[in-house]
Amino acid sequence: MYKIVEKRALNEAVTLMSVHAPHIARKVLPGQFIILRLDEYGERIPLTVAAYDRKAGEVTIVFQAVGRTTKMLAALDVGDDILDFVGPLGRPTELEGVHKAIVIGGGVGCAIAYPQARFLHEQGATVKVVAGFRSRDIVILEEEMKAACDELLIATDDGSYGRHGFVTDLLRELLEADSGYDLVIAIGPVPMMKAVCALTKEYAVKTTVSLNPIMIDGTGMCGGCRVHVGGELKFACVDGPDFDGHLVDFDELQRRNAIYRAQEQVDANHICRLAGEIDA
Amino acid sequence: MPNMSMQKTPMPAQAPEVRNKNFDEVTLGYTPEMAVLEAQRCLQCKHRPCMKGCPVAVRIPEFIAKVAQGDFLAAYEIITSTNALPAVCGRVCPQENQCERECVRGIKGESVAIGRLERFVADYFMEYGTAASKRAEPNGIKVAVIGAGPAGLSCAGDLARRGFEVTVYEAIHKAGGVLVYGIPEFRLPKAIVEREIDSLRALGVKIETDMVIGRALSLDELGEMGYKAVFVGSGAGLPRFMGIEGEGLLGVYSANEFLTRINLMKAYKDEYDTPIIRSKSVAVIGGGNVAMDAARCAMRLGAERVYIVYRRGEEEIPARLEEIHHAKEEGIEFRLLTAPTRLLGDDQGWVRGMECVKMRLGEPDASGRRSPVEIPGSQYEMEVDSVIMAIGTSPNPLIRTTTEGLQADRRGCLIVNEEMATTKPGVYAGGDAVTGAATVILAMGAGKKAAESIANLLLPSPGSEENPA
Ligand SMILES: Cc1cc2nc3c(=O)[nH]c(=O)nc-3n(C[C@H](O)[C@H](O)[C@H](O)COP(=O)(O)OP(=O)(O)OC[C@H]3O[C@@H](n4cnc5c(N)ncnc54)[C@H](O)[C@@H]3O)c2cc1C
Ligand SMILES: Cc1cc2nc3c(=O)[nH]c(=O)nc-3n(C[C@H](O)[C@H](O)[C@H](O)COP(=O)(O)OP(=O)(O)OC[C@H]3O[C@@H](n4cnc5c(N)ncnc54)[C@H](O)[C@@H]3O)c2cc1C
Ligand code: SF4
Ligand code: SF4
Ligand code: FES
Repeated sequence: MYKIVEKRALNEAVTLMSVHAPHIARKVLPGQFIILRLDEYGERIPLTVAAYDRKAGEVTIVFQAVGRTTKMLAALDVGDDILDFVGPLGRPTELEGVHKAIVIGGGVGCAIAYPQARFLHEQGATVKVVAGFRSRDIVILEEEMKAACDELLIATDDGSYGRHGFVTDLLRELLEADSGYDLVIAIGPVPMMKAVCALTKEYAVKTTVSLNPIMIDGTGMCGGCRVHVGGELKFACVDGPDFDGHLVDFDELQRRNAIYRAQEQVDANHICRLAGEIDA
Repeated sequence: MPNMSMQKTPMPAQAPEVRNKNFDEVTLGYTPEMAVLEAQRCLQCKHRPCMKGCPVAVRIPEFIAKVAQGDFLAAYEIITSTNALPAVCGRVCPQENQCERECVRGIKGESVAIGRLERFVADYFMEYGTAASKRAEPNGIKVAVIGAGPAGLSCAGDLARRGFEVTVYEAIHKAGGVLVYGIPEFRLPKAIVEREIDSLRALGVKIETDMVIGRALSLDELGEMGYKAVFVGSGAGLPRFMGIEGEGLLGVYSANEFLTRINLMKAYKDEYDTPIIRSKSVAVIGGGNVAMDAARCAMRLGAERVYIVYRRGEEEIPARLEEIHHAKEEGIEFRLLTAPTRLLGDDQGWVRGMECVKMRLGEPDASGRRSPVEIPGSQYEMEVDSVIMAIGTSPNPLIRTTTEGLQADRRGCLIVNEEMATTKPGVYAGGDAVTGAATVILAMGAGKKAAESIANLLLPSPGSEENPA
């Protein structure tokens, strides 16, 4: 059992939680994730470690309530327990030797991108963060991101905050203005990562993406997290989750991630086991 | 007088058309009367040929003699003196290639049903026996075991019986390895596995789940934590795919994922959240136990047609005889000497068919098996809406790549000597992590052997106290 020690709503759908898990907090590095299972009947779902406190033995996750498990998780409170909490999983992001980087987060992806920006910034790299949201009311982690980079640029789809448009619009301007970037990190919805990679390919800037295929064990047993990268079969939980964005087959990933959509919509409409009555 | 029937005493089973719709155990086991009757078929051969076929040398004629006398609990003592998991082995050992292959009754007629008798004795004990969980005198020496599959569990049990303080680190949330996430309930009820694991706990074995070694703790850190030796029993690894067109389509599963969703995550039970695709027409590629299990699960999820597609012939199918037989009874269709060449998709990205080619058997290859050769121009299409790949595994890189000094062979399997010692001092390994996908009983045998080696390494050899050098 793993106790929830902090909980904060970042916006209507996104929650930050810290969990007491000393064996993970001791070892985890940016880019790694955990897998949790809420109770005996629950699914195992992966979530990235957004922050950690090695001394206190705490691991922070930031997640968007999109389906049954994430909604049930969001309904838990400080003091409640999570049955299983496994990690750290995946390979840490390779951040050595980077001097000048653009870190792009889309929506809840900002929470995953944020520790990478912070790590690079603390290592002395020049870091620009580009964060994209649908609208002003769902902007998350603005202060944290600002403190973790040299410049934070925000775009909203509806123009209600920052620049009106997509992260790729801002990215193009940055790449036009300066050819000195040695790395772009893009984390967010699959279509966003795909668009970013199409653009950075034009400018020949190395781009790392963090992939989010459906997983079960996260230890390299089931093969569910398989993705094609440069025509090769890779398993995101042991070979990733970071990959060279210019080689990833995003269309396959997008398609495979939606495989249970119809089934899960039915499920998500009655979530009562853990949380009592909740509006789906 | 021995029972001279040429056939094994039949074991009751659920009717095929009933059981292929539920996940309850297929075979129901012998009654005491049936067990005695079958035990009477044993000739009590003096040279005990059957024992040579058993990887853990169960004293077969001795336990069968006790069964024939109706002393089932004494039979249990004899079996468990060399085999820690008889309820499991009696159900899943490929007996026809092991103990029963050597049985003299098999020369003319069927061999003695050693596996069924072993299962009966274990089940009888669970019902009527009382575990004499004698905890050994602790020797205060800590040993870590990685992986709670058959290899790790048997190693842990043997070490605990020798007084070691054993902790098993298991990556997923449940102990048992393939016994809980691979082999289905209808073949090996999970309650049996749990009971076997509880009896290990009663011996003092600690099992820590949710611990991925190589990530949460490295092997060297285990050393720093005071473990004097480590046994690695981390299993076979990642599923292989064929590398043919269309494997990224929806409805294509690895057998490991399909079986894990069903067995570990209980997708077939309503009260569990795990989703799974229920298809109408399923092709399972491969011919091993894994393929049979996947096919029979697909049938139980409601498929109308399920095919086993295997590139060699009937003779070469590696699965247990009983599974092949049961699968056929349940309505699984076998497409032998057939290999997929391409998976075909619809405009939504779902599988809609599979292009296959017919094969013939050519010359024997290096392994002595006749290798399949494509028959030119024999391509045809099968209509399927799901394809499950059960064509083997390649070793998991996690421990190998995070541990300095641990050597693997070209295929990625850990290298060990006869003592099951790896190339890293104090680290032992066995089971599928060393051999590649094999069998439960071989994994258990390896775990046992390693426990003995670890004891030899860490305990003063007997007698050394009386005669100090
Ligand atoms: C390595 C990794 C790290 C991740 N980190 C985070 C994180 O830090 N924060 C966060 O909010 N999410 C993260 N995700 C995604 C998260 O795991 C899924 O949102 C979650 O599994 C959904 O579970 P559910 O039961 O709530 O929803 P479900 O009912 O399973 O699904 C609801 C909807 O989400 C889609 N979906 C399902 N699984 C995924 C997935 N893996 N990725 C994207 N969409 C999915 C479904 O198609 C469906 O439309 C990560 C995924 C991976 C693989
Ligand atoms: C579907 C299926 C059906 C089978 N049917 C039969 C059969 O009928 N008869 C038969 O004899 N054999 C059968 N087998 C083969 C048999 O199950 C295996 O040979 C046997 O389980 C191997 O045992 P093991 O202990 O080496 O590995 P496993 O059973 O694979 O156990 C390894 C354990 O280690 C854990 N682990 C892995 N990495 C780590 C890590 N880094 N840290 C911590 N823990 C880790 C895993 O989660 C797992 O629990 C079957 C296999 C499958 C998949
Ligand atoms: S352990 Fe397996 S091989 Fe040995 S006697 Fe029992 S069934 Fe036969
Ligand atoms: S070989 Fe067969 S008949 Fe002979 S002792 Fe063994 S089981 Fe009995
Ligand atoms: S999640 Fe099972 S192999 Fe990666």
